[in-house]
Amino acid sequence: MRALLLLPSLLLLSGCSSNWGWYVVNPATPKGWLNLKFLLSGLGYTVQLSATAICISVVVGLLVALPGLSARKWPRRLSRTYVEVVRAVPILVLILWVYYGLPQITGLSLSVFWAGVIALALSDSAFQAEIFRAGIQSIARGQYEAAYSVSLNYRDTMSYVILPQAIRRILPALGNQLVYMLKMSSLVSVIGMQELTRKANELVVSEYRPLEIYTVLVLEYLVLILIVSAGVRWLERRLKTDERA
Amino acid sequence: MTETAPIIRFEGVSKHYDSFQVLKGIDFAVARGERVVVCGPSGSGKSTLIRCINGLETIGGGTLTVDGIPVTEKTLPKVRARVGMVFQQFNLFPHLTVLDNLTLGPIRARGMPRARAREAAMRYLERVRIAEQADKFPRQLSGGQQQRVAIARSLCMEPEIMLFDEPTSALDPEMISEVLDVMTGLAQTGMTMVVVTHEMGFARKVADRMVFMDHGEIVETAPPEDFFTAPRSQRCRDFLDKILNH
Ligand SMILES: Nc1ncnc2c1ncn2[C@@H]1O[C@H](COP(=O)(O)OP(=O)(O)O)[C@@H](O)[C@H]1O
Ligand SMILES: [Mg+2]
Repeated sequence: MRALLLLPSLLLLSGCSSNWGWYVVNPATPKGWLNLKFLLSGLGYTVQLSATAICISVVVGLLVALPGLSARKWPRRLSRTYVEVVRAVPILVLILWVYYGLPQITGLSLSVFWAGVIALALSDSAFQAEIFRAGIQSIARGQYEAAYSVSLNYRDTMSYVILPQAIRRILPALGNQLVYMLKMSSLVSVIGMQELTRKANELVVSEYRPLEIYTVLVLEYLVLILIVSAGVRWLERRLKTDERA
Repeated sequence: MTETAPIIRFEGVSKHYDSFQVLKGIDFAVARGERVVVCGPSGSGKSTLIRCINGLETIGGGTLTVDGIPVTEKTLPKVRARVGMVFQQFNLFPHLTVLDNLTLGPIRARGMPRARAREAAMRYLERVRIAEQADKFPRQLSGGQQQRVAIARSLCMEPEIMLFDEPTSALDPEMISEVLDVMTGLAQTGMTMVVVTHEMGFARKVADRMVFMDHGEIVETAPPEDFFTAPRSQRCRDFLDKILNH
């Protein structure tokens, strides 16, 4: 573990002593400050893209998971097939297909943002469906039976008894998916989305300082994801104390 | 007419799990206001029998009516509106407070206004002597308290029939009596009750009729005084020997 940390530190230090050019992103100089602002200006899109996509994928995932739990065969098969097919397509391929391919079928062209959202959401929904299925299956039969015994129908049983418990259990997994989504949103840069990675790429082209600029990019994702992880952990703790304290 | 017609009637009811027959042609009726205690060895089909009454299990053959309504997929809402059930494992909703456990059914299934549902819930909590725990979560309560909450939750739906499936089997011995006391109190209100239990003291005191099941059949049914003093079948004698002398 220590050796792993040592290696990049050595690299950075050796770079500093020779020909690193931190000036490109030095906030003390006007040029460096501008560049830094340019890099950070992608943050809003990265967050919006990931947040919108995760909201949609959670809903789609749930809608795919529910028939997967049916007692009947056909809904189960349909759900299974969706998961298998969507999971088999690489995200990058899906992004290209949605952006360049889908408009040819539907006739309406998608903005880069929405093409990105749809591709990310679609891809993630297969994983969300699996997470929901496992979460819902982990709730004991007795919970359904008690809900039915007080006359709740299937819908109310799911909304007020099963899902609230299942969501508490799958929250760590949902948190992982959100982190995953933030990272995968970098792929939307290939169709020109002006998010973090795209900004970095553009600056590298004009400044020709890939090492420094991509290092800043790494740090941007790192900080963003550490903040999100902390947020998810806080939410988990809160929901737990709801039940126990 | 409804005064004398049985509120629960099994006629030749059978049920299979694959090739295994759990219920073998059950003929059995419960009168309005009657208290029936069902006992028998583990695996004899007691749970299956009472779970059919509120449609948690589907029957394979024969007919089953509750308050004159045949129990089918279509009639489940009507049937369940009349039947409350208390489980061995309590099955309280762990993410809801005691009070919210009680009001969920009345609010969502019966469309009762929240304020009225809460008022009614508090009355039932008082009746099971646990009103001071209304804002706690189930896991903060002892087993006996949880089971009393579960009873109150069923009563909030104002059922005509209460089913109990071994309500004290998961409890520590010192908590059994507080639950049985609540059930005895309920019996005094004239509630129709079908209770699966091996608490024979309770059965003697409360039951109008005993039912003994074995291998998916009702082997014997008799008033408690006859049942305990002069069981007719050998299977029933063996069973009573085992549970009364241990
Ligand atoms: N879902 C099921 N699938 C297969 N067999 C079952 C199922 N539920 C119960 N059984 C079997 O049916 C029999 C009766 O079960 P049950 O009604 O729970 O008995 P009891 O409540 O008297 O102990 C048992 O032998 C049990 O193993
Ligand atoms: Mg049982």
